[in-house]
Amino acid sequence: MHDNLNLSRRGVLAGAAGLSFGFAFKLAPQEAAAQAGPAALNAFVRIAADGTVTIVSPAIEMGQGVSTALPLILAEELDADWSKVVIETAPVAEVYNHPILRTQMVVGSTTLRGYWMAARTAGAQARQVLIDAAAARLNVPASELTTEPNTVVHAGSGRKLSYGEIAASAKAPEKLPEIKPEQLKPVANFRLIGKDVPRRDVEAKSTGRMTYAIDVRVPGLLYGTIARAPVRGSGPTSFNRDELKAVTGIVDAIALDHGVGIVGSTVEAVFVARNKLKAQWRDAPGSKTDSAAAMRTALEHVRDAKTQGVIGRSVGDANAAFAGAAKVHSSEYMTDYVYHAQMEPHTSTASVTAEGVEIWCGTQWPTRARDDAAKAAGVAPDKVKFHLMTMGGGFGRRAFVEYAVDAVLLSKAVGKPVKMLLSREDDIASGRLRPMTAQKIDVALDGTGKITGWRHRIAADTVVPYLYGQARMEAQKGVDHIVMAGSEMPHYDIPAMTAEHIYEERGIRTAAWRGIGSGHNNFAIEAVIDELAQLAGKDPVEYRLAVLKDPRAKKVIERVAEMAEWKRKREGRALGIAFAKLGLPPIGFSVAGTVAEVSVDAASGKVKVHQLWCAVDVGLPVQPQNVVAQIEGSLLYALGSAVKERVSIKDGAVEQSNFHDYELIRMSDVPQMHVEIIRSGDIPLPVGELSISGTIPAISNAIFTLTGKRLRHAPFTPDRVKAGLA
Amino acid sequence: MATYQLSINGQSTTVDVQPDTPLLWVVREHVGLTGTKFGCGAGLCGACTVHVDGEAVRSCQTQVSQLAGKKVTTIEGLSANGLHPMQKAWIAEQTPQCGYCQSGQIMQAAALLAKTPKPTRDQIVEHMDGNICRCGTYSRIISAVERASREG
Repeated sequence: MHDNLNLSRRGVLAGAAGLSFGFAFKLAPQEAAAQAGPAALNAFVRIAADGTVTIVSPAIEMGQGVSTALPLILAEELDADWSKVVIETAPVAEVYNHPILRTQMVVGSTTLRGYWMAARTAGAQARQVLIDAAAARLNVPASELTTEPNTVVHAGSGRKLSYGEIAASAKAPEKLPEIKPEQLKPVANFRLIGKDVPRRDVEAKSTGRMTYAIDVRVPGLLYGTIARAPVRGSGPTSFNRDELKAVTGIVDAIALDHGVGIVGSTVEAVFVARNKLKAQWRDAPGSKTDSAAAMRTALEHVRDAKTQGVIGRSVGDANAAFAGAAKVHSSEYMTDYVYHAQMEPHTSTASVTAEGVEIWCGTQWPTRARDDAAKAAGVAPDKVKFHLMTMGGGFGRRAFVEYAVDAVLLSKAVGKPVKMLLSREDDIASGRLRPMTAQKIDVALDGTGKITGWRHRIAADTVVPYLYGQARMEAQKGVDHIVMAGSEMPHYDIPAMTAEHIYEERGIRTAAWRGIGSGHNNFAIEAVIDELAQLAGKDPVEYRLAVLKDPRAKKVIERVAEMAEWKRKREGRALGIAFAKLGLPPIGFSVAGTVAEVSVDAASGKVKVHQLWCAVDVGLPVQPQNVVAQIEGSLLYALGSAVKERVSIKDGAVEQSNFHDYELIRMSDVPQMHVEIIRSGDIPLPVGELSISGTIPAISNAIFTLTGKRLRHAPFTPDRVKAGLA
Repeated sequence: MATYQLSINGQSTTVDVQPDTPLLWVVREHVGLTGTKFGCGAGLCGACTVHVDGEAVRSCQTQVSQLAGKKVTTIEGLSANGLHPMQKAWIAEQTPQCGYCQSGQIMQAAALLAKTPKPTRDQIVEHMDGNICRCGTYSRIISAVERASREG
């Protein structure tokens, strides 16, 4: 388990302004050697003489609420007065690395889970230093002191010292006190966690004052954009440079390995020139890719047992289970490419000078962005001054950092600071998509209908080589954990299973997309569970309760069925249910039950989702109302991929260009949503992506109940619905 | 290039730009009022919504040359003193997530209440349907509009 992090505690910085507390993670030896950089120490807490508590938050905000929730955890253990807490975004530095990911990164809904013990320990440690200093001042044993918000109290004498008073004159100890897990505040005593404090970013986001990367303004700023080659690995062979340079306000047009850069004195001039670009692109492996043809190929691959993939999940002896099966049930499902559509198009501002690089960027992976920016500028990472900006949406897309590099390349080319900004059209054209999948599931059943074996074959692009590199893919023995996510089934009573990834290398740019692999894999899994219920002649809820073995999983299914009044028949509408989970064995799973109420207009083929119910068990909800907001947001994010969103590829290029042909969920599409949180345990489990993966199967299962037809290819667009119901 | 005198948030401002420059870039990059956001550049998402003479318009689809004698209001100028009732409601409902679309949502919603102080839910949905929120804060947007309507 990662909770017993070995924290090395050193360095309390004391000055006239107050006290600073730091903690550092002791790295594994080879990693420490690989990261020879500045000393692994930095301040997480500062307390000023006026009592202001500054908490430096390594959690990067993209809408998920961690910029409030993570400091809240530290403040809880520090016993800080929340009204005196100021939150500062951390710089990019090793000391702020995610304790599990071991790099500064916000992915997988693991931020609170990852920093949970580290933040609590840092807060408790700072509190202990204040208590020890107060003990010396009051000349009493530290054991007689307790704390109230921002105050150390000696109950015996009734004396009190505020944190500000202590910090103003305290001497920092040589060595920070060690905090053992049992010294942390009992969960029952929490007064901030689980109580819903207002998010600190909401006012700035309601007044236009929040500053995103796109809002950066620096003296002498130029504007730039990059027309990326339509296909991964391609680049320009020639383009109409002179014509572009003739546009009023254009400073230069630059051939880059992967695209054409245009720089000008105004953003409008840059976009005028961009629309005049005529480029020839060199061929790349994906130049001929056609997604419709590629889907047919992928289907052939999952059907053909001779096409072997990489086994990413395995429990028991699946081959033996199938050899001894009384019956085998097989089924196929498909999902299209989808695009992130974060509302802030990709943008970064960079200033490359002889001294180094200054960069303003909103990214889910600051460490990588800094290092790649340094490489592009030809300087060492410590020569990068990185301003981490709030992101206008991330959803996995901003774990890729090429837009940071692009800003550096343009600034370097023209020798001035450049704000690099993509048009929406270029943001889609250079989108990194969730892989397109064809999936086949075979289920081995014994004579009584019990599941004895499960085989899940997923033909899909890869993601890991492009996000983390080929070396990591090889280190993981070819298991692409992003594509395979969700194919594990530890909550079900299935004695033997395999899940297998057949690589479909189509030359398409791919990425993690909110919910990663579970978004497509759980569609197939939960639709097949519904098929098995039908085969067994059982109600889908009763069947799930019979085949789920995990008590938390059973509970969310039971609860969501109650919430939706599962047994109640509805005129012209039907319900569908799905189980979903998010997490990994070492960090634990959060679980969800989702029910969709759906109607279908047979004439138009339009699927209407009227209501969604979701019961979630996320361990300890740190900010319950924010959990509800995240669950609702994920339900809608997934709803788009269920009924509307799809990217198609022709000649290697994305065919969609803006929100008229890549349609997103709008207010008129929004169903009534009912979310209930079931608390279990004392650790915050993943939240932000949990409710992605139950949505598509719940809708698909509802359509089956309503029409007797299974829709097997998401999204369920009108043409597919009409064809499927015919 | 041409010189245009604009009224933005009650202040007279002169900019020197091409006649077809979208108002969006004028307010954001030339004047420096960055609360108005760029989302699609095609009038499809509403992130760039501002008021022109009190009407909600897409600033990415409004050229600077069309604004002679008109009053432009951006999120920064929505309320002269403190927070506009819509902004108070937005905060009370804890509406934003990433926040990027929210200026446009608030400007669109404020224009509704200015004309229809007590909108029905259907009127709210119809009026707000051109504004995309990728984080999916729609139910809280509706709650915030209803709250602002109630609490004014």
